[in-house]
Amino acid sequence: MVKRLLKSVREYKRDSFLAPFFVALEVILEVVIPLLMAQLIDDGIYSGEMNMVYKIGLELIICAALSLFFGMLSGMFAAKASAGFAKNLREDLYFKVQDFSFANIDKFSTSSLVTRLTTDVTNVQNAYQMVIRIAVRAPLMLLISLGFAFSINSQLALVFLLLIPILGFGLFFIASRVHSIISRVFKKYDALNNVVEENVSGIRVVKSFVLEQEEIHKFKKVSENIYRGFTKGEKILALNNPLMQFSVYLCILLISWFGARIIVETNMTALTTGELMTMFTYTIQILSSLMMLSMVFMMIIISRASIERISEVLAEKPTIKNKPNAITEVTNGSIEFKNVSFSYVNKKEKECLKHINLTISSGETVGVIGGTGSGKSSLVNLIPRLYDVTEGELLVGGVNVRDYELESLRKQVACVLQKNVLFSGTILDNIRWGDATASIDEVKRVCQLAQADEFIMRFPNQYYTHIEEGGTNVSGGQKQRLCIARALLRKPKILILDDSTSAVDTKTDSLIQKAFKEELADTTKIIIAQRISSVEECDKIIVMDKGKINGIGTHEELLKNNRIYREVYTSQRKGSDPDAKK
Amino acid sequence: MRRNKVKKGTFKRLLRYVSRKYKKRFIFVFICILISSIVSVISSLFLQQLIDDYIVPLLSTDNPVFTSLLKMLGIMAIIYVIGVVTAYLYNRFMVTISQGVLRDIRNEMFEKMEKLPIRYFDTNTHGDIMSRYTNDVDTLRQMLSQSFPHVISASFSVITVFCSMIYLSLPLTVFVVIFTSLTIVVTKKIASRSSKYFLRQQNSLGKVNGYIEEMLNGQKVIKVFTHEEAAKKDFQKLNNQLNEDMYQANKFANILMPIANNLGNLQYVCIAIIGTILTINGTLSLTIGTIVSFLQLTRNFSQPINQIMNQFNSIIMAMAGASRIFDMMDEVPEEDHGYVTLVKIHYLEDGTVQEVTDDTGIWAWKYPHHDGRLEYIELKGKIELENVTFGYREDKIVLHDISLYAKPGQKIAFVGATGAGKTTITNLLNRFYDIDGGKIRYDGINIEKIKKDALRRSLGMVLQDTNLFTGTIKENIKYGKENATDEEVIAAAKLANADEFIRLLPNGYDTVLSANGAQLSQGQRQLIAIARCAISNPPVMILDEATSSIDTRTEKIVQDGMDKLMQGRTVFVIAHRLSTVQNAKAIMVLDHGQIIERGNHEELIQQKGQYYQLYTGAFELE
Repeated sequence: MVKRLLKSVREYKRDSFLAPFFVALEVILEVVIPLLMAQLIDDGIYSGEMNMVYKIGLELIICAALSLFFGMLSGMFAAKASAGFAKNLREDLYFKVQDFSFANIDKFSTSSLVTRLTTDVTNVQNAYQMVIRIAVRAPLMLLISLGFAFSINSQLALVFLLLIPILGFGLFFIASRVHSIISRVFKKYDALNNVVEENVSGIRVVKSFVLEQEEIHKFKKVSENIYRGFTKGEKILALNNPLMQFSVYLCILLISWFGARIIVETNMTALTTGELMTMFTYTIQILSSLMMLSMVFMMIIISRASIERISEVLAEKPTIKNKPNAITEVTNGSIEFKNVSFSYVNKKEKECLKHINLTISSGETVGVIGGTGSGKSSLVNLIPRLYDVTEGELLVGGVNVRDYELESLRKQVACVLQKNVLFSGTILDNIRWGDATASIDEVKRVCQLAQADEFIMRFPNQYYTHIEEGGTNVSGGQKQRLCIARALLRKPKILILDDSTSAVDTKTDSLIQKAFKEELADTTKIIIAQRISSVEECDKIIVMDKGKINGIGTHEELLKNNRIYREVYTSQRKGSDPDAKK
Repeated sequence: MRRNKVKKGTFKRLLRYVSRKYKKRFIFVFICILISSIVSVISSLFLQQLIDDYIVPLLSTDNPVFTSLLKMLGIMAIIYVIGVVTAYLYNRFMVTISQGVLRDIRNEMFEKMEKLPIRYFDTNTHGDIMSRYTNDVDTLRQMLSQSFPHVISASFSVITVFCSMIYLSLPLTVFVVIFTSLTIVVTKKIASRSSKYFLRQQNSLGKVNGYIEEMLNGQKVIKVFTHEEAAKKDFQKLNNQLNEDMYQANKFANILMPIANNLGNLQYVCIAIIGTILTINGTLSLTIGTIVSFLQLTRNFSQPINQIMNQFNSIIMAMAGASRIFDMMDEVPEEDHGYVTLVKIHYLEDGTVQEVTDDTGIWAWKYPHHDGRLEYIELKGKIELENVTFGYREDKIVLHDISLYAKPGQKIAFVGATGAGKTTITNLLNRFYDIDGGKIRYDGINIEKIKKDALRRSLGMVLQDTNLFTGTIKENIKYGKENATDEEVIAAAKLANADEFIRLLPNGYDTVLSANGAQLSQGQRQLIAIARCAISNPPVMILDEATSSIDTRTEKIVQDGMDKLMQGRTVFVIAHRLSTVQNAKAIMVLDHGQIIERGNHEELIQQKGQYYQLYTGAFELE
């Protein structure tokens, strides 16, 4: 799991190694410096020899300068490595998602993917920086300090061997206890965010039902839960500091006692007073590196959830991929469904298309009608291979869609999705999604076809009008027409409109239909619609019901022999024809 | 862009939260921190004495006796125990204080938010409001539980060490102060560089995250247009910029400590040399032992100062967060000067009114007049708008001079293009916004005199964006009437035609909805919203595109329920399908905030005006 993530380090390997390398050098100096300070006191100041004071002072300054130098280098390399690692990780995730099929995207859901690419990456980055700095510093500091302590006086240094396991065990016990509590609290945090989110977006509902007090009560309950969870965890964490102090103080007492005896009994031969002071410095260094280790331990445990979530995305295999030697040419716009069944979750009992047989010849205009959940969208989503059929075969231009190169297939099968999106940028940018190289005249032409040119020209900045994220600054009908224009720019052999004119008024709708008929005679057009008037004139109309084709025929035929079609027609006729009542 | 400014008085205000409920505990914690710092000062003094007063004298004796040392260590052990115990106590009690303060702030913030006018939610993005509960509270948590105790104990150490230094040698202390100020200036410079880059990093992180969100939301469109490569290229540009800013920000933060530490080391050497020279040549009348002690103190002086410097960034960030939180708390809440309330009544046989608590089905406005007279006006649902003018912003009027009259039980429809002002009118009825001119009367009472709670309870709303809440379907329907029985819930669901699909769900009415009912279709969500409104049984209903996402065949079925629901109630309908509004008593055609046509369906068709054009499809609705 971690290995998969570490692949993203790539060009920052050098920095990732140099950071701990310089950390190591810095640590060595940090251990040497107190040693020199002790010498300065013992050999210089106490003996009153100015030469020694200068000599050791100079050594100390050099060491401090080196330590500064190494410290800065390690800090810089660590910053570079961790920022770079995060950059690569983000990029790898993003690129991976670009390879995802619709089924992959559905599996994760958009909001969870966003969290993985943002919050989780930041968590991992912080943990990484911590690891390459502290995970080296702490144990190294521990070992070197311990080594020096032993070299000064091995008998006295035994005190550390007694205390390290006690403190180490205590700290890790605390860390592991706290982790399980804290991770539970974080889940409650989600609940809190959920209440806030719902109240922010549903404030009108809350206010119109006058339920502010109830919502406040609900919030307070969750808030109280978080309070309890955190206090429970932090109460245990509050043991850390006193435990640390206890160990330090115990060390000081023991070292004072044994150290004094050794000094006096050996008359300063085995241990000097200056060296005794150094031992105290090492006490702090050794024990605080244990503390740092337990922090690293905590940090890694906490970021584990993020690591898991990220590696899930990286490990996901795109369900739709190009075959080797895939066909790149779509010869014509004919479509054939051969006994096609389809389920989003690959389960027989949850099939939303059942044994569909259907032939559409090139250049035909086909309408699709049916209630919510009847399988209309599923049917057309299979044609550009947004999903793979579960059973049966689907041919476009006489070739199985699986044999095409994806890009070539989708270039020829343009799809205007039901839930369509415009991106922030100008109208021109958005339309050019269809073809990045298209001239402004071409763009204008497709906009005229989609009946969008007229309203675009009414904007002060015309084709350079800026579209807000999600297209919130154009009306629903305008957005739909822009999306149609964008698809037309592809000059596809097959054009699919999935309920794409629902917000367009009937008159404009019929103008679009007319333009299609005249200008796109060779293109196969599939039109899903709620309104009968949008499909009335199609060469044939398919009535979908519960994943099956309920009827195929022209408007007149279906009116005569299809019950569903007739029902839909009468339910709408009342509203759309002023003369009907008279 | 999120502001990162710290407002004046933020810290004081934060302290008020501490002192309000946790004053005693906080004083206790403060004392414990002091004691524990005193213990650590005593500890370093003891280490000085250890050598000078115990070990050195013993060295010169032939038969060293360790009893006095042992006694001293015994005393120290007791002091250390006190230190450890106080350290535990302050850590332990700081937890309840900091978490308690956070909880209080969170709760107050939410309570405040619920009282804010709708306008606030229009002008602030949801992400911005949310981040106050998450990011800002989180930075506060870190500050309260970590930086706060750190800074207190470090400051105390600095003070005690500083006093001891002055006691030992004033001239050397002056030198230390000069050197330390120099260190602070240097580190502050770096810290400000670092925070400049941190702001930049926040900025580009926001851009990258925003880009990721936009692209992933449109991922299916990207796939359909095989736009993957272009999407990658744009992403890389932003991502590389973020990498650069992140590197710079972390670089400066990382080099801060080595610089501060080694300046401390440098200071140590300088003091050692200067002190020794001055002592040997007799300028300073100090003993060698004093110099050594002083040196030890300088180390104890620079360490806590570095610690405080290190906390500086997080304190600034927490204060910026606290400022944002307090900003929201300082927003002007929705004002309510209403005094007319809604009560249940019962008519006695002689025709007088009696206020009752049980459900009689009759509601009345309780109107206390200025002269002390109490009047009960039965709630009927008569709504009048008289020359109403309104704009969301002062300089942009959305509604001009709107007048209309709805008798109890009438159905009034609003028709018109997006932005014509249909939804705005309904938002004025329940006083989500206050009108700028004119009057609105409810059963003859100016709605400004009615308490907002009462007014809103009497108005049922079904909006285009159905907001469902986390919880079971039953709970969601009960949202309309808290103490509703299961039978009432089912009856309401049946009325809205939702019963059938709810029963088909795995857990029926107990199916838990999450993420605004993501597992349901938009149409099903609307049906639940209709049931939620039905159960509250309001005399006046507002249906704002309530059936827009239901396909026409299903709508026909829902329509029967809706017709039943609407019976005997005053209803305001906004719909984009004209079939929904045809049977209205009066249809108002709105255009640019004005009623341009009004009448019933037949009349309007005969007028051959705007409505006729809409109806025949010559005009776009959205």
